[in-house]
Amino acid sequence: MNSLRTSSVGRKGKLIALLAGLVLVSSIANLAFGAVSIPPGEVVAALLGWGRGTTAAIVLYARLPRLCGCLLAGAALACSGVIIQGVLNNPLAAPNVIGVNSGAGLATALCCALAPGSVGLTPVAAFFGALAGVLLVLFISERAGAARITLVLAGVAMSSIFSAGIDAVVTFCPDALAGYTDFRIGGVKNLSMARLAPAFWVILIALLLALSLSNELDLLLLGRETAQSLGLPAKWLRLVLLMLAAALAGAAVSFAGLLGFVGLLTPHILRRAVGEESFFLLLSSALGGGLLLTVCDLASRLIFAPFELPLGVVLSLTGGPFFIWLLLKQRRGSSV
Amino acid sequence: MIELKNLQAGYPGRPVLEGIDLDFRPGEVLVVLGPNGCGKSTLLRASNGLLAKTEGEILLDGLPVERLSAKDIAQKTAYLPQSRSVPNITAGRMVLHGRFPYLNYPRRYRREDHEMVERALAWVGAGELTSRMLPQLSGGQRQKVYLAMALAQNTQTILMDEPTTYLDVSCQLEVMALARRLAEEGRAVVMVLHDLTLALRYAHRAALLSGGRLCRVGSPEELLAGGELERVMGVRLGRAETEEGWRYFYR
Repeated sequence: MNSLRTSSVGRKGKLIALLAGLVLVSSIANLAFGAVSIPPGEVVAALLGWGRGTTAAIVLYARLPRLCGCLLAGAALACSGVIIQGVLNNPLAAPNVIGVNSGAGLATALCCALAPGSVGLTPVAAFFGALAGVLLVLFISERAGAARITLVLAGVAMSSIFSAGIDAVVTFCPDALAGYTDFRIGGVKNLSMARLAPAFWVILIALLLALSLSNELDLLLLGRETAQSLGLPAKWLRLVLLMLAAALAGAAVSFAGLLGFVGLLTPHILRRAVGEESFFLLLSSALGGGLLLTVCDLASRLIFAPFELPLGVVLSLTGGPFFIWLLLKQRRGSSV
Repeated sequence: MIELKNLQAGYPGRPVLEGIDLDFRPGEVLVVLGPNGCGKSTLLRASNGLLAKTEGEILLDGLPVERLSAKDIAQKTAYLPQSRSVPNITAGRMVLHGRFPYLNYPRRYRREDHEMVERALAWVGAGELTSRMLPQLSGGQRQKVYLAMALAQNTQTILMDEPTTYLDVSCQLEVMALARRLAEEGRAVVMVLHDLTLALRYAHRAALLSGGRLCRVGSPEELLAGGELERVMGVRLGRAETEEGWRYFYR
């Protein structure tokens, strides 16, 4: 049995190594291509601090923060999706579907309206907004007996309530979200390393904690009663895990806006490739989410170069059809 | 050993069980019988603290169950609910979950846990399923994997809620034979069953519930002789002696 276990772990390990390789390649491509193409050699030189002049400035101050934003937001939203889908035992739950992203968005908008200039506060506000969204979902799912469709419907309702809140804030304080359209669509333009720093720490710590709780998440997949009968304080753990999901989604929304689909799409694709063991699913989703956003960001710059499509538009144009395909496949009775 | 004393349990505003006195003895298969909605599943869920009692006492090895943590209870009692989700993981990984109550944060499974999994799967006759994915298994194979998980949990008491539902007849017999073997190893096996002939054939003792109350507890012969079983369940039963013991049938 041990040899079988090793081979299964080995296969997943290879897949994760492959994903990591793809992330590396797409990252270099992301830094190299755009309105101005920079040879990969110069990209590496700029990263190592040996670069000079405009190209080094483009790499370090325009494209590197953008790349880091893609990797961080992708990883955070995808892992948030894995956790939410696992805890609620619902494959259709994802941060953007059940109102977690829009909750974070509303809190960010409120924070920018009430305390303009306090960039460091936005991840904190976004966390509480996302947490409010996630707790409402949990409350409704408990009350409604966790019926899958009720949960999604309630999430959609909550999303539109939060979105209306964002609209209201923007109507009264048009300056609150300076690039409101960008925020709404989601994107990683005009980022700086300083703006990313608070979100980076939140995401890193939340990811590590989530990975350390992967066995607990696995147990919750068996259903709450089975998990509890195996010695898991299920109620408490659900809360802890949803808080981690809120921290991840909130931190991502605080700088990348309301990016859809990453949190839904990535776990669904990777669940097929690595199975449902949470440790591998979280790890591969962190890489896969980053990869997806990096590639979409590159595409958004190249398709109509020198003009740019917003990242959220490219993501939704690719994610939307996938989601529809998923629904059609489920309808045909295949398990997802 | 689990002892229920004057147990009352149920849901807010709707008591399901009342005045239950029952013990789950090691070395014995106890089947819980009764019509739909009489509180059989509630009895199992209350016994291991999944559902809070409203009155009475539940003692686990002499200690009140409400004073024990989920982990303590899980080291003494395994529970297989009626409906279970089927995650897309291997059978071996599923059985490994049975070792969860023995680990502390950040829970990393040890060599001995993996060895236990291997032994448990071999014991239920499912050693070859270790690396197969659960959704690909038949209902009978899955049930064996769940039993192996309960076995890996290494508890004195095993509670099973309708473990033979949706299984074909040969798988049902296999599950019942495994339950007997578990009891022979000194475990207390408690099963909720609907098939009376299967229950009476394999049980050491049977408890008959009706309307949330315990009508009668005793050996299959005693239950049948008293007439309550036929009255409560609304069927007529017969039995015939064979070389392998008594066999029961519906008349």
